[in-house]
Amino acid sequence: MSARLRWRKFVSGFMLTMTGVCAVVAVSVLFFILGYLVFHGGTSISWSFFTRLPAPVGEAGGGMANAIVGSAKLLMLASLFGVPIGFFGAIYLAEFSGSTTAFIVRYAADLLNGVPSIVIGIFAYSLVVLPFKHFSTLAGGFALGLMMIPITLRSTEEFLRAVPNALREAAMALGASKWKTIATVIVPAAYRGILTAILLAFARVAGETAPLLFTAFGNRFWSPGWNQPTASLPVMIFTYAIAPYEDWHRQAWAAGLVLLGLILAINIVARAILSRGIAVPRS
Amino acid sequence: MTSTTTTVPSAGPVAGSRSFLSRLREGDEIARVITFLFAASVVLVTLLLVFELWQGSVLPRHKFGFNFFRTSVWDPIFDQFGALPFIFGTTVTAGVALLIAVPLGIGAAIFLAELAPARLSDTLEFFIDLLAAVPSVIYGLLGVFIVVPLMREYIQPGLKNTLGFLPLFQGPAYGVGFLTAGVVLAIMVIPYIISVSREVLLSVPRDQREAALSLGATRWESTWKVVVPFARTGIFGSIFLALARALGETMAVTMVIGNTPTISASLFSPGYSIAAVIANEFTEATGDLYLQSLIELGLVLFLLTFILNGLARLLILLTSQRGSEMSHV
Amino acid sequence: MHASVRPAVPVNIPPTTVTSAATREMPAALSMRMTIFKVNFYYGSKQTLFDITLGIATNKVTALIGPSGCGKSTLIRTLNRMYETVRNARLEGEILLDGQSILAQDVTSLRRRVGMVFQRPNPFPKSIFDNVAYGLRINGSKLPLSEAVEKSLRHAALWEEVKDHLHKSAYELSGGQQQRLCIARALAVEPEVLLLDEPCSALDPISTAKIEELLVQLKDLCTIVTVTHNMQQAARISDFTAFLLVGQLIEFSPTPQLFTTPGDPRTEAYITGRFG
Repeated sequence: MSARLRWRKFVSGFMLTMTGVCAVVAVSVLFFILGYLVFHGGTSISWSFFTRLPAPVGEAGGGMANAIVGSAKLLMLASLFGVPIGFFGAIYLAEFSGSTTAFIVRYAADLLNGVPSIVIGIFAYSLVVLPFKHFSTLAGGFALGLMMIPITLRSTEEFLRAVPNALREAAMALGASKWKTIATVIVPAAYRGILTAILLAFARVAGETAPLLFTAFGNRFWSPGWNQPTASLPVMIFTYAIAPYEDWHRQAWAAGLVLLGLILAINIVARAILSRGIAVPRS
Repeated sequence: MTSTTTTVPSAGPVAGSRSFLSRLREGDEIARVITFLFAASVVLVTLLLVFELWQGSVLPRHKFGFNFFRTSVWDPIFDQFGALPFIFGTTVTAGVALLIAVPLGIGAAIFLAELAPARLSDTLEFFIDLLAAVPSVIYGLLGVFIVVPLMREYIQPGLKNTLGFLPLFQGPAYGVGFLTAGVVLAIMVIPYIISVSREVLLSVPRDQREAALSLGATRWESTWKVVVPFARTGIFGSIFLALARALGETMAVTMVIGNTPTISASLFSPGYSIAAVIANEFTEATGDLYLQSLIELGLVLFLLTFILNGLARLLILLTSQRGSEMSHV
Repeated sequence: MHASVRPAVPVNIPPTTVTSAATREMPAALSMRMTIFKVNFYYGSKQTLFDITLGIATNKVTALIGPSGCGKSTLIRTLNRMYETVRNARLEGEILLDGQSILAQDVTSLRRRVGMVFQRPNPFPKSIFDNVAYGLRINGSKLPLSEAVEKSLRHAALWEEVKDHLHKSAYELSGGQQQRLCIARALAVEPEVLLLDEPCSALDPISTAKIEELLVQLKDLCTIVTVTHNMQQAARISDFTAFLLVGQLIEFSPTPQLFTTPGDPRTEAYITGRFG
């Protein structure tokens, strides 16, 4: 073997090993994050974390019950707003629209998807907070819902398009009208994919902080109704992490663990649903 | 299809069901209109967003014009607003992030697409997707409590001792600052680079690899000189995508950058970024000019990410199209 | 009657007038379920059917044969206006069902009366029962649902094979069973005409034989039009055969006649295997 060939083989082996190292480093970050959160969050988490209000500033103890409820309310509102628009919009794109309209809608959705979340916050502020003159659950839910739209829309459209045309024809040949075909054949055939899309969109906004800073704002107490500022888990993590109190740091870890656990669980469930395949086998 | 419904009423078996069936047909029209309204609202909301940003930043545009981007005094008391430190901070942190994330991300993508057996590759990709799902505030949390102390105690002193002759690595080690923000951003965007790059690398037709190997190239040579160049545009796309995310990222940066509007050659220096200043000052902004200056920063951020995302999509599309064209020939 | 909408079309074209150079010696007493009259068909600017005139006899099997690309699938898709799902498709001429123009009818009610079975089995991702019941549910059924489903499955000769697991997914059936399920699904709404677009092309010989046998039995129930690329199949099951070539109807005759004494040299060339 010539020296040159030996060198080439060495370079090949070395570089390929390095790519493996890169992959290991990248993936190990996840386990590092998980390990750290479980370690720090796990030791800080307690029953009162889930059931009590935040303690007054400077006092130890207390929990984040209001932030948990607040996050739930925000996400519910976001889903009620974002999912229908994404879902029905996708039906229009996949089943009714001409190519020009579809292009414009897709383009708008992609654009919206790329907008930095802080800018979404500004938008929701000027659209919902300013007219009502105060921060509210409503404004936060609007901001998060806005972020759910493009994710739901684009993936739902893809899954609808993946339904074989043969099924559309079969339904129409039996005398089904177009919307009946959609409602009774196409959407049921694509439901797993659509469900995944909605779950992933939900998980994505569940951890969003920036759009909530000046829409839902924050609150150290319960937030009755929909028209008051409200606490949320991500904003609490932010506020507690940059505050100078040891006890708040512990609670930030605990909140981080709860939040990440929720998000990863949803992601895993969504991917599990999808890995069972969408209902229609592709022949 | 629509013209055929305008028929004269006819006798025979059709007549009885006609009204019911034409209502069904109308159902189609109703469904079309309703779903259209939902789809149109997506366009409407997007246009409204652009309009609001533009309309909301009239004052500073008129008062400062282009100087807004060239001056570095940010003084709400005297109504002076110059965005240069924030633009500087955003650019530098994103630059540092890419310097770290690009080699690492592409390396890992090459491993996943070219070397790893399919099962392993899919498993690792699964973890990488999960990593991409971790919210930014969690990265910020880890940044504050792990990366910052690590930087202050070990990495920054270490860099100062070895590369201290460079102006980049001078000054006191605060822990927070451009470098730290860049590192945290790098960790955040690596999953995006890996995911997209792996995808485009996998779309390179198999015969390209085989051709290189049959000519006596080593495995690395076939990868680096044939496969990667083939997927080059798509990989650039993934980098632009990552850049757009890094520029727009708020929470993780806000928590570790130091929040001081400075322009400094040293990466150790605390700084500020566009997204961070919006996050910190938006709710406290008193006076229209102050608030609108922050909205103008939002507009800048929007335009930057808009351009980068557009470019990224285009490049990724080009590569995957080329791949599928080749494999069909 | 439809003169105001579609001028120059006789309402009830008697079978004897449905003759062209290609059509000969059709028994005059035969009643026609459907009549295709001077049909031209275009995809965009490309014409794919040229001046087709053809009668579909009631309770008989009519087969459309010809080399691929001859327009036989397009022709069968005009009979239930399935072509309308394709953009830029355009039809000129007239098609009658029981003497009434199908082009002037409500398309969903037309498709209920003219059922269709496709090239590849396309059951819905639902249970066997729900597949057959689909058309009944959307159109309304005279019989109780389960009774109607059983009846259709029996007609499609599938009942004995599936009666014990009606609620299993239709995808668990074999390809041939799936195609018979699709036939049962189409029969459930009691169509007057059943169109089959190469129903056996995706099936093995044994499944094909079952479906052929089935079609012969079904003609008492409804009028059948089938497209096939398999001449032997047309010869075995059909009463009339139409031979098409690049969008033109070359010959339309009673089946035995077409295969034994073809009236056109091009038909003869095709059935003796000299091209196509």
